[in-house]
Amino acid sequence: MNFIREKVEMVNREGKKALSVFLTAGYPQKNNFTETALNILDAGADMLEIGIPFSDPLADGPVIQSSSQIALNNGVKMKDIFYYSQNIRSGSDKPLILMGYANPIKKYGITKFLNDAKNSGVNGLIVPDVTLEEYDSFYSNLTKEIEIILLSTPTSPDERIKYIDSLSRGFVYCVSSTGTTGMRDNFSIETIENLKRTYSLVNKNKMMIGFGISKPEDIKNISAYCDGVIVGSRIIKSLAENKKIKETLKTVSELSDACTGKY
Amino acid sequence: MSKKEMPDSKGKYGEYGGMYVPETLISALSELSEIYSKLKNGKEFRREYDRLQKHYNGRPTPLTFAERLTAHYGKAKIYLKREDLCHTGAHKLNNALGQILIAKRLGKKRIIAETGAGQHGVAVATVCAKFGFECVVYMGEKDIERQQPNVFRMKLLGAEVRPVSTGSKTLKDATSEAIRDWAANVKDTHYIIGSVVGPHPYPMIVRDFQSIIGKEAKEQIVKVEKKLPDYIVACVGGGSNAIGIFNEFLNDESVALFGIEAAGLGINSGKHCATLTLGEPGIFQGMMSYLLQDKEGQIAEVHSISAGLDYPGVGPEHSYLKERNRVKYFSVTDDEALDGVGLLTKLEGILPALESAHAVAYLEKFIHNTKNDEVVIVNVSGRGDKDLSTIINSSHRK
Repeated sequence: MNFIREKVEMVNREGKKALSVFLTAGYPQKNNFTETALNILDAGADMLEIGIPFSDPLADGPVIQSSSQIALNNGVKMKDIFYYSQNIRSGSDKPLILMGYANPIKKYGITKFLNDAKNSGVNGLIVPDVTLEEYDSFYSNLTKEIEIILLSTPTSPDERIKYIDSLSRGFVYCVSSTGTTGMRDNFSIETIENLKRTYSLVNKNKMMIGFGISKPEDIKNISAYCDGVIVGSRIIKSLAENKKIKETLKTVSELSDACTGKY
Repeated sequence: MSKKEMPDSKGKYGEYGGMYVPETLISALSELSEIYSKLKNGKEFRREYDRLQKHYNGRPTPLTFAERLTAHYGKAKIYLKREDLCHTGAHKLNNALGQILIAKRLGKKRIIAETGAGQHGVAVATVCAKFGFECVVYMGEKDIERQQPNVFRMKLLGAEVRPVSTGSKTLKDATSEAIRDWAANVKDTHYIIGSVVGPHPYPMIVRDFQSIIGKEAKEQIVKVEKKLPDYIVACVGGGSNAIGIFNEFLNDESVALFGIEAAGLGINSGKHCATLTLGEPGIFQGMMSYLLQDKEGQIAEVHSISAGLDYPGVGPEHSYLKERNRVKYFSVTDDEALDGVGLLTKLEGILPALESAHAVAYLEKFIHNTKNDEVVIVNVSGRGDKDLSTIINSSHRK
């Protein structure tokens, strides 16, 4: 199964870089999350990354940290993640990816987790605190249907990126710069150079860039060095600031336009 | 107990430990492992470290016979390993000194640290002052409030103390924030972690630097008692002072090792941090280890009167030693620890830190089963000056 890859290729063939939107499950509200997610897909997102809330999200900046805490306060549990996934899947055939920290997944049971994910129509999984070093000890009984997506960063040496590319499925998640998720001012020359380097090393997989992408201009600056982009904090912030989802959907469609080369 | 080197090449102690961190930090951890394995036995590095330990930290620290405390119980002879007499007031400087020498060789310019009670923060601020490094210490807002004197000391030493207002506003949140800072500034920054926790190689490096406590204690007790001790007692939060004194005795099967956790308001109260007593294995802040967590795998809110023990995780080697049954872990409550402070202060004229008082307080629970010709060593990991306001505010409980 290469579901995610094929979808990215399909979007690319239409002259667009794939746009993945990250949402924290059950944020801002627990009850209408499915509706929010489907609206965002309709507005131009080509895939969805659903964040499993965690009390101590090490790789995340303040915006996603706070959304994660609010989701937990809303009472979001692991069973809700699969419930959302099922419902989103019945309304859309775009790729669904779960992003979650290792401990809640371990606690749920990795085999059961992968099975339930598969049965809910999930296609991919990102666990930011499980790298090559712990890959074998963490993932037991891998199921073919769930594609495990690995991350590369500016501090990953060339040889390591090649290894990440060989093991990753779905795509390689290229972290644009060091630090946590969240908005940054601009992409520096150094950052761009690293994106070029990484894109030239990732050959087996498609490559999506995430961390710090918040405006159409960002996408313009990096679109030559990727097959798609991931936007999270910008969307979460918009959901936090606007009572009506309309503003957020407008942002999504602007970002989607930028992915097709329209600014 | 196997004599096998721990951790293994993947940084594991059995199934515990490892490197569960975001990809950004992997290369810095590999670089640290590499340079440490070179320096560890290097003559020049050892010489510099030993010289600082002697002339700056004041080592060796004494092993004091607690005459009146021993008479009070009328059972085994009680000795105190006096880490409270280290420069800066706790065992934390043993590690900070070693790691600043590593940072120097790594060519890093900026040092970050997390702190709970402030003892590690003070130790790091101290070595940064001495060696001229920029220093940022992350500290939970709740801890800033209860450890004011240490906050002031850190600032006086030139460190920037960054308050952490997320989560429980204590040590775990300060640690997460420090790790996030490190991920952002990994190029010029070295993270000096304060306990035997976090991703490999930290639990190993901190253990190695703290193992001086046990090495000295062994030499000292054999000199006066002509034999090994029968029991060693140490408090366990992350577990660095405990590993420090236990490490040298792990292969001496006759020596019983007791690690004492904080039971807070009681282990049935839901307000405690008895991780090894009540937790279960999980993945947190870079390591697989015992962890206090809820049914969904979210990290539990914990409580201890002592800021240094107020942590939901524990070092991976402790998880391993518990499973191998080499160390036994027990817990004492806030009130019992306060009694321990009173007892040691009145009978020996030594004011222990609230953390260390947990180890002292455990004497009450097991010393009645000991014999007069047996010997106990209690690790007094730090001094209690920093806790005076907490102790005064708690005196109404009595």
